Amino acid sequence: MIKRLKLNKMRLALLIGLPVLLSACSDDEIEVIREVEVIVEVPAPVPTPVDVSYEVTVTNLTNSQPLSPAAVVLHADGHLFSVGEVPSVALEQMAEGGMNTGLLSLGMASASGAGAIGPGGSETISVTIQDVTDAKLSVATMLVNTNDAFSGLDALDLSTFAVGDSWTATAGVYDAGTEVNSEAAGTMPGPADGGEGFNATRTDTGYVAMHPGVVTGDDGLTNSVLTVQHKFDNPAVRIMVTRIE
Amino acid sequence: MNKLTKICAASALVFASNHSFAADVTIEIQNLTQGMYFTPIAAVAHTPDASLFEVGEAAGPEIQEMAEGGSLAGLTTIATSISADVLAEPTAGPLGPTESVSGSFMTADGNTVLSVVAMILPSNDGFIGLDNWTIPTEAGTYTVYLNAYDAGTEANDELVGGGAPGTPGMPAPPFLTLGTGGSGVTAAISNANIHIHPGNIGDDDAAGGTSDVTNSIHRWLNPVAKVTVTVN
Repeated sequence: MIKRLKLNKMRLALLIGLPVLLSACSDDEIEVIREVEVIVEVPAPVPTPVDVSYEVTVTNLTNSQPLSPAAVVLHADGHLFSVGEVPSVALEQMAEGGMNTGLLSLGMASASGAGAIGPGGSETISVTIQDVTDAKLSVATMLVNTNDAFSGLDALDLSTFAVGDSWTATAGVYDAGTEVNSEAAGTMPGPADGGEGFNATRTDTGYVAMHPGVVTGDDGLTNSVLTVQHKFDNPAVRIMVTRIE
Repeated sequence: MNKLTKICAASALVFASNHSFAADVTIEIQNLTQGMYFTPIAAVAHTPDASLFEVGEAAGPEIQEMAEGGSLAGLTTIATSISADVLAEPTAGPLGPTESVSGSFMTADGNTVLSVVAMILPSNDGFIGLDNWTIPTEAGTYTVYLNAYDAGTEANDELVGGGAPGTPGMPAPPFLTLGTGGSGVTAAISNANIHIHPGNIGDDDAAGGTSDVTNSIHRWLNPVAKVTVTVN
């Protein structure tokens, strides 16, 4: 109880003191003008993101090798594939099984073809990125009546592309080096076989190279389920790239 | 300070004038195939009026010994006699699948074109070829893809044999895994001039069949080599 009383006294003293100070100010009639600088931070105008879009047309030049849904990838640097290099698992999944989701996730922006591209067919795939005009463009697609053959384009420099610019090239066939080219029943996912696609076990050289071509049963590979119809030569694919905005 | 600037400008001029007399060239050659080897490569910068080989014409004896056995002796002798700039390491090992080799030279004034040759293994007389490619005068990096040629000097029997000119069959260095007992794919030379190689046939019988090469490994599609030329 004693402590409480003391506290009350102190509060009273403060209350009394304040009016005294206030009255002293007003009595003197001193006008104090205080200049107050108010800084209001106005956010810089946010520029509207500019769409940079490309159309990539992939044409299948082969006799009887459907192409798996093409992966179109815009990336900042590096390679999707390179002759002599160990392929990524994402590349192996595409080259052995036609699955492109792994490759699509590697880029700053990417797009997949809607479906397989049959021999003689073509598909135009659009890909859009915002504000980046110096990306690298890579394309990859499997020749599905093979063990691990694919075609495509690695790291095309887009920095010199103006809107309306177009570029066309043909591409050869690469071997992922991840599955031996047995051409045997049950080893290829395409319609010629309907066999296995991706298998994580690597059974070939282990590096990407140009493909030696399919041998086929008609040309002396005893256990091959492929025929002369499935042979291909370079080039196997035509790729046209156009910047549209 | 002024003096230093002047000296710098003068030395820059000297450097620039040097460039017009000769080109500082780096050449990298990559084997693009999955299962073929190249013998040691000869890269030769020479005058445009000279030529190591011409597609559609018969191979000279120097090209024949290179294409059948990998020997660069005759070609380097010719290159020296015409004052060419030569990058050749005859004692180097083979260039395996997807491997690269590179070298640099300062080309002499007038040696404005580049030729490249090497034998393809295993084959009877297959070789990679670049014929009189004009070396750009503008500094930069240039890429050329090479095809496989057939010298037209030996029947493509695809049998283990010898590499000396006129000796039938293919040289069989120990790093190659070849079959035996093949009966021979062909004994005929259909085109005795240099032409695009029709490719190996091979078979899947290591102890017989028609060929001593393996059909699922020792084939190729063009291009078979990538040449990257950097003009400094």
